Amino acid sequence: MNNRKISLVILISAIWLTLCSQILLAQEAAPPTGTKFDYHWFDTNRLNVFITLAIVFSAILWFIARAKKGKSLFIRRIAGLDAIEEAVGRATEMGKSVLYIPGIHDMNDIQTVASMIILGNVAKTIARYDIPLIVPIRQPFVVPVAEEAVRQGYLSAGRPDAFMKDNIRFISDEQFAYAAAVNGIMLRERPAANLLLGSFYAESLLLAETGASTGAIQVAGTANIHQLPFFVVACDYTLIGEELFAASAYLSREPKLLGSLKGSDLAKALIVLAIIIGTILETIGVKWFTKLFVVQ
Amino acid sequence: MRREIPILIAIVVGFVYVIQFFVPHAPFDKFQNWGNDWIQIIAGFAIILGVLNLLKVSLEKVYKKSKGWGYAVIIIIGFLIMTGAGLFFSGGKNYQNPGTPFYYIFFNIYFPLNATMFAILAFFVASASYRAFRARNKEATLLLLAAIFLMLGRTPLGDYLSAGLPTGWQLKNISDWIMDFPQTAGQRAIMIGIALGIISTSLRVITGLERTFVGGE
Repeated sequence: MNNRKISLVILISAIWLTLCSQILLAQEAAPPTGTKFDYHWFDTNRLNVFITLAIVFSAILWFIARAKKGKSLFIRRIAGLDAIEEAVGRATEMGKSVLYIPGIHDMNDIQTVASMIILGNVAKTIARYDIPLIVPIRQPFVVPVAEEAVRQGYLSAGRPDAFMKDNIRFISDEQFAYAAAVNGIMLRERPAANLLLGSFYAESLLLAETGASTGAIQVAGTANIHQLPFFVVACDYTLIGEELFAASAYLSREPKLLGSLKGSDLAKALIVLAIIIGTILETIGVKWFTKLFVVQ
Repeated sequence: MRREIPILIAIVVGFVYVIQFFVPHAPFDKFQNWGNDWIQIIAGFAIILGVLNLLKVSLEKVYKKSKGWGYAVIIIIGFLIMTGAGLFFSGGKNYQNPGTPFYYIFFNIYFPLNATMFAILAFFVASASYRAFRARNKEATLLLLAAIFLMLGRTPLGDYLSAGLPTGWQLKNISDWIMDFPQTAGQRAIMIGIALGIISTSLRVITGLERTFVGGE
């Protein structure tokens, strides 16, 4: 966004917040009862979270600023993300479709947001090869977002005519009805590649095993730790946890987004350092350091 | 404006949610409940979008006699029967009460179908395990060994087989050790990575750097 747009955003945000504050403060005539922090403007119990968040935010913003200046940033290879291109290539050779499953959660889950970001990039790649992209969706709220992401992907690739709105399909908001329908799509339409990226629960293995039985190349990714083992055993490539969130930066190679990845890496290094220091201090009986990290 | 407004909403709401975590003072302490209420209301409207999409795709399939159009007929009939039973033949607001046609369909058709789908998982776990536990390389062999110790340690057979061994070498304790140390350590490492990934993605969204999710580049 340019400076004018940013100013507009800040101005509208300020007006909106002021209006909300006035409305709510008017409703708060009677003093509420509750914790001793009711009237405080800052919850001091969360000071450690605030400082940690400020450090992580600063690291990310610093790397983004560096990237904007044109400094080159090294990002390690992520096999699962490279495999997406391979999967699309295979689907093209076979003349078959690609099935993209964005998980079963709604847009208020950050994994679904991450999945929609990847979907946009995948759609861009697929549009170049001119093969169908099928996106079955469980949550109605995700339908317009997915449509927009795919439409923009096709537009960016210069193929708006190839965009097929009906391939972004709402299935059912019932978990197993959705799983049954997606399994049906896999068995009937036999996509050459299945991409399962987002938030998954008990249906993960139902989908991944059915996909494996059809012989499709499968790339999965989720931040739901309890479902990762199922994907690892049933899929060809698995994006483990944070790799799902790194996907958009990795696929787009946009310096600003890559900068945010480097910022997360720095934060990770700081956490590892804190763990090592904490372990040593705890072992020799010094407790104050670990108490700094207690969250209330 | 079609893209700017959703981005603006994401930025404002994102920052407000960050602020409300640290500020236990009105108006910020109310925002979480407000946000949750709004999500419920908007999702209520969104279901209409979803149902219209489903019906449109299914009707087109039937009209064009596309491949698998018979399944689309079942979807339409199922939709009409369930909606009709709920709206017109189940006593209005009390449609979920026992004895109504809606209740009957739910417990005698939908519920068993749902349970059947879930039950299939058991067979898929077996087939996936068979593929995963083949000792093809060093990592797969480690996985196989860990799985053997865990499965035996969590069953009476494991207790029976290792009853004569010293306490620390009994299968139950070995499986507990695997779960408490290597498994927990690995899981926590992944969780730290996920938390940082979430922070990084959220920051990209609420600063407007990431716009792909609203169709931006």
